Amino acid sequence: METIACPDCDLLQRIPPLPRGGKARCARCGETLVSRQSNPLDRLLALTVAAALALIVANTMPLMGLSAVGREASTTIIGGAYEMWLQGSQITAVVVAFCAVIAPAGHVAFLLVVLLAVRRPPAPRWVGEMLRSAHLMEPWSMTEVMMLGILVALVKIAELATVIPGLGMYAAGAFIVLLAAIIVSFEPHEIWSRVEWADGTKPPVRPDDGVGAETGAAQ
Amino acid sequence: MSAPTLSAAPAGIVSCLTCGLLSRPAGAGSPGYCPRCGARLVWRRQHSIQYTWALLIAAAIFYIPANALPVLGTTALGETEFDTIIGGVIFLYKTGSWPLALIVLIASIMIPLGKILALAYLLITVQRGSARNSHERARIYRLVEFIGKWSMLDVFVDAFTVALVQLQPLMSVEPGLGVIFFMAVVVMTMLAAQSFDPRLIWDAASHPRVRHG
Repeated sequence: METIACPDCDLLQRIPPLPRGGKARCARCGETLVSRQSNPLDRLLALTVAAALALIVANTMPLMGLSAVGREASTTIIGGAYEMWLQGSQITAVVVAFCAVIAPAGHVAFLLVVLLAVRRPPAPRWVGEMLRSAHLMEPWSMTEVMMLGILVALVKIAELATVIPGLGMYAAGAFIVLLAAIIVSFEPHEIWSRVEWADGTKPPVRPDDGVGAETGAAQ
Repeated sequence: MSAPTLSAAPAGIVSCLTCGLLSRPAGAGSPGYCPRCGARLVWRRQHSIQYTWALLIAAAIFYIPANALPVLGTTALGETEFDTIIGGVIFLYKTGSWPLALIVLIASIMIPLGKILALAYLLITVQRGSARNSHERARIYRLVEFIGKWSMLDVFVDAFTVALVQLQPLMSVEPGLGVIFFMAVVVMTMLAAQSFDPRLIWDAASHPRVRHG
């Protein structure tokens, strides 16, 4: 129990330990004093939406342009794979496309669907299937390795031509940071406990899951 | 270390690899399916040692052409010059960017070789039922799993060099045969690390009678 004074009316009061999603309002004036995040998955959802947007920009905008002796060229992420395909190395092109585009997009898309679906537990069974797919994609999502690879390629090319970083490059950088934040705050147990069981029984709902419950502050 | 430890399998409990739920299957044979997520339950990953060895041996064989064959061919003014992975490292070093040369050297040559040796060591110690250095071996496994994707670096370097340097007829870069072998090494060592079951490391220490399916 922590004692605080209401910033609006200066009433001294003790704040009891709050359940998830609980709010403590001032007993006299009604000001919200303390609120505990209703759902740890909400933050994760926000990060995942941001990551999805960054990934879309990273894949649609040019990564970088190059100019040498009056000629210009630019490439996107998928363009890197496509040129490999044209140059006769199709297997490499497919793996590059998978690790640089399909796996990151699949990982984020599956996570997004899972996080949206578990907002109202119990989530249907297919959510578990989606989460499993997201886990399968994760080790093959290599945006950060790709960025380092681009850096090395740029240093090699810088000898011959001027390189201009494009919008896609910055978006890919943002995506890497967001993805790292998603991975550290991801807690699979939190999701599995909200998914309907395969054998038909519903998940045990924990007592501190009461979303939106309010608790008045004790005086 | 002196506290008594009990693994799930000897206690007749199996942990679901997909969702982590513990369940107690009826018989000691095939444990069936997870009641929560419906995934097939296994005491230990099926044929873990055989799969890991197979992928590892294939990766070790492919490692040779991956390093011997050129990964890039640069055509300038009608003449084509081929570069192997180590050639690319030397090029970076000579042009003055030794930190990048070091990164490529570590990611492309040392990490794949280190992964192959580390997994072989883990497999051999598990097969001999060694109960020593379990903590170190567990740490090695985590490192191998974590570091795996970084060896893909050179594949991306080659892909984006090829994509950007297409200034025909002045200069163009094409991928070499080595890049396919190199990529195969990376993919196979990653799959090998995924098919290895790290719980095998601890089985010898906790209970010798666990079946390795």
